[in-house]
Amino acid sequence: MTAYLAIVSARFRTLLQYRAAAVAGIVTQTFFGVVRLSILEAFFRASTGPQPMTAADMPAYIWLGQALFQMVPWALDRDVAAQIRSGGVAYELLRPVDLYGFWFSRALALRTAPVLLRAAPMVVIAAAFFGMGPPPSVASAAAFAASVLSALLISCALTVLISISMLRTVSGEGASQALLIAVMVFSGLIIPLPFFPEWLQPFVRWCPFSGLLDVPLRIYTGNIPAGEAAVFIARQLAWVVALVALGRVSLSWGLRRLSVLGG
Amino acid sequence: MTILPLRLLSASLRSHMEDRFSFVVQILAALAINGVEFLGVAALFRSFGGLRGWSLAEVGLFYALVNIAFSFTDLFSRGFDVFADSLRAGSFDRVLLRPRPAAWQIAFSEFRLRPLGRLAQGAAVFAWAASQLAWTPDRAALAAASVAGAFCLFYGLIVFQATMAFWTVDSLEMMNALTYGGVYAAGYPMDIYRPWFRRFFTGVVPLACVCWFPVLGALGREVPPALAWGAPLAGPAFLFLSLAAWRLGVRRYASTGS
Repeated sequence: MTAYLAIVSARFRTLLQYRAAAVAGIVTQTFFGVVRLSILEAFFRASTGPQPMTAADMPAYIWLGQALFQMVPWALDRDVAAQIRSGGVAYELLRPVDLYGFWFSRALALRTAPVLLRAAPMVVIAAAFFGMGPPPSVASAAAFAASVLSALLISCALTVLISISMLRTVSGEGASQALLIAVMVFSGLIIPLPFFPEWLQPFVRWCPFSGLLDVPLRIYTGNIPAGEAAVFIARQLAWVVALVALGRVSLSWGLRRLSVLGG
Repeated sequence: MTILPLRLLSASLRSHMEDRFSFVVQILAALAINGVEFLGVAALFRSFGGLRGWSLAEVGLFYALVNIAFSFTDLFSRGFDVFADSLRAGSFDRVLLRPRPAAWQIAFSEFRLRPLGRLAQGAAVFAWAASQLAWTPDRAALAAASVAGAFCLFYGLIVFQATMAFWTVDSLEMMNALTYGGVYAAGYPMDIYRPWFRRFFTGVVPLACVCWFPVLGALGREVPPALAWGAPLAGPAFLFLSLAAWRLGVRRYASTGS
């Protein structure tokens, strides 16, 4: 266990060095946040009928989504990808740690360090200028925290799955592009998931991507009441277990057939 | 001078074709990524029934024109996009030795075909939106002026971003907010944004001049003809200023040498 903690903390400290990138990221995410929020506000001003979410839910949903943007697995772990391409992954197999645990620890740092650098300033900006308020109750806040942690685990499990798929396809383009699209659409990055058509809702609810962003955000806004949050968090955790199991099976399968190039 | 870009383009195309599968996957992915974005807009229209008096086809026209324009910019400006790296590596010195304008060489030094996905998707949305709208020769000309103006404006932004590399190589990605963010913002009618946001994108970065006023005319909305026809000129003007800044940067450039 200490080995994995050491991996997380070493990667974490490395990633915390990218401060200029964080500033650029904050500017870009804030800009996109303004645009996304403006679009949804404009739709709300025009509408008269009842909607699956309220206009008051929007600022927190959009701004927290922008702040947590880096937690979502929309790209692969570049270093691992480069290692698989160069054959360096052979060294990793020599290490006295479990490869899945190793990659998962790296993913854990990759998905948290950039968020920690960006989230606080963005939430301050959003609260000061764009009307983002606190969650409706302490229970909602606690459920939100639990749900974000579960989302982080789903994100890491998906990141590792992409790395594993690269053992088979080398370029990794196909799998990572397909994942990127699925993540963008079904996590709530494009539009909040409740606005999807009715017939898509069962699928949206049951696939793992809603657990990446949409579920924690809706718990925060109170769109998912604190009382019902447990069901959603349980579903997130079930996905973590399923994705980790899938990752472990496909990794051992991939390693059995792995041939490392080079000499 | 004109044959150079064609040669470089064909060389780049041939190198992309070496790995046909990955090429096709990339284009399809880019197409799908942009495609789902517009489907998201359509889903919101379905849920809300309208956007402050704009129909989906009208929003589609805003969306399609800016995406088409930007895909052309993206296609022909990759060299400026990676300019900061070549500056750091010192390979810009070689460019300066050649008897051709530096900007010309940089512009065509590299091609990336990914933007074709955005282009295809923009064209598809355009075809659908255009079929729902009423057209006259004037309106079609305004739509074309918008694309040409936006192409120049985005090109100017990317040249400006590359020019900044003469002074700093830090935080250049911040300009992405203006390019990619600008495309995203201009895909919707500008009147939905906050006043300060609109002022910035009219006075500082003249996005509204190329993507809003002419398109209002193309949609047959209320807009003074002089504004609809004159505003797209802000695009070339912006590009001209960016190129002036670029020349200033080239003049003061002192190689790190090694």
